Amino acid sequence: MKYVEEYRDPVAAQHYTDAIARTVTRPWTLMEICGGQTHTIVKYGIDELLPRKVTLVHGPGCPVCVTPLELIDKALQIAAQPGVIFCSFGDMLRVPGSSGDLFSVKAAGADVRIVYSPTDAVRIAAQNPDKQVVFFAVGFETTAPANAMSVFQAKQIGLKNYSVLVSHVLVPPAMEVILGSHNNHVQGFLAAGHVCTVMGYEEYEPIATKYKVPIVVTGFEPLDLLQGIYMCVAQLEEGRYEVENQYARSVRREGNIPAQQLVAKVFRVVHRKWRGVGEISQSGLALTPQYAEFDAEARFGVSGYTAEEDPECISGLVMQGAKKPEECTAYGKRCTPDHPLGAPMVSSEGACAAYYRYRRLRTGEKVGAGSQGRD
Amino acid sequence: MCLAVPGKILSIQGDDFARMARVSFGGIVKQVSLAYVPEAHEGEYVIVHVGFAISLVDEAEALRTFEVLKQMGELEELDLKAGEA
Repeated sequence: MKYVEEYRDPVAAQHYTDAIARTVTRPWTLMEICGGQTHTIVKYGIDELLPRKVTLVHGPGCPVCVTPLELIDKALQIAAQPGVIFCSFGDMLRVPGSSGDLFSVKAAGADVRIVYSPTDAVRIAAQNPDKQVVFFAVGFETTAPANAMSVFQAKQIGLKNYSVLVSHVLVPPAMEVILGSHNNHVQGFLAAGHVCTVMGYEEYEPIATKYKVPIVVTGFEPLDLLQGIYMCVAQLEEGRYEVENQYARSVRREGNIPAQQLVAKVFRVVHRKWRGVGEISQSGLALTPQYAEFDAEARFGVSGYTAEEDPECISGLVMQGAKKPEECTAYGKRCTPDHPLGAPMVSSEGACAAYYRYRRLRTGEKVGAGSQGRD
Repeated sequence: MCLAVPGKILSIQGDDFARMARVSFGGIVKQVSLAYVPEAHEGEYVIVHVGFAISLVDEAEALRTFEVLKQMGELEELDLKAGEA
């Protein structure tokens, strides 16, 4: 086993598809939480393999997409300052702020660098003591341990020129917003396998009970998703609403305890604004007082800044599963990956970008089903 | 953004939070922090996200996706070794 190609086996995929078809008797709507899962589903056409009675809607699990406009603007303001090296994961660079994006700031002469890991940004800070190095710490629970470690290490080695612009969000509060909405039609969830790798899935159990909704922790390969859908549909048909774990090769019920411990040392839970959705109570992370000196917002004096989002972009409805990308009047016309109005058209994990990339040129046959690798 | 990929640990050096591994992702070798998987050993597979291993792959659990199909009588013709290429 190498744990990748095996889970793309077309024969096994067909068998799971058949098993789902045999199980379903009534219409069901499921939501996959994570943008990585959305990407796999659209790329491999998994939603189109399913019986008509099973509908997949795409969830809010794309950190690039939910980072609020004002934080993008803060990033642009900080990156444009002289003496700053601004480090970010690559997919944040094209997210539109109120005016321009990080690429346009870089083109205008700012030192904006793409890093693979937040520890790369710590190394850049150690190598450039005369510069201020800022890391754009975005992500869900999956990325929090890595970002926490960068701050922990910076404090340990006494770096005075490193800081983080934090835009960390948490999955369970967003699920509760979706389930509590009066127009919710999600009946079952595929929870995000890597978020749960870090956090475990105990915190999902009260949500399953309270809203009577099955939650299946699911991986990211085509077979993972098909098995997760099968398990979720089986629960719905049997009238059960439990938390089950499809992705047990990586996820344990208690999660990764050492990672949770460091995250709890460096970050605390706070209210966070989600792009297109608004503020969600206790839905994000900020630095604890012990690590407050590494807060880029305070260091660069941008804490109080706010911004209004473009009213034409319906990304909030798309990310809550209320609309499909094609239902947006701007989709593929005024909003494309080259000229995005909203973040879901930017990130490869954004639902709008995934539809645009894999569905736009279709003439009836499946597109992209045979290609390898995921970005 | 939450993309994480499995890789095989080739060698390990360092201790505690400085514990690092050379990890092979289908032949591409990268340095990966093992700070969060202190139980990982050489030769095992870890799931890696932005330079950090976040879990140790459980091989027995990994096979269950295929065992479920076998129990449903669906999998006679599927050769698990097909994915080794």
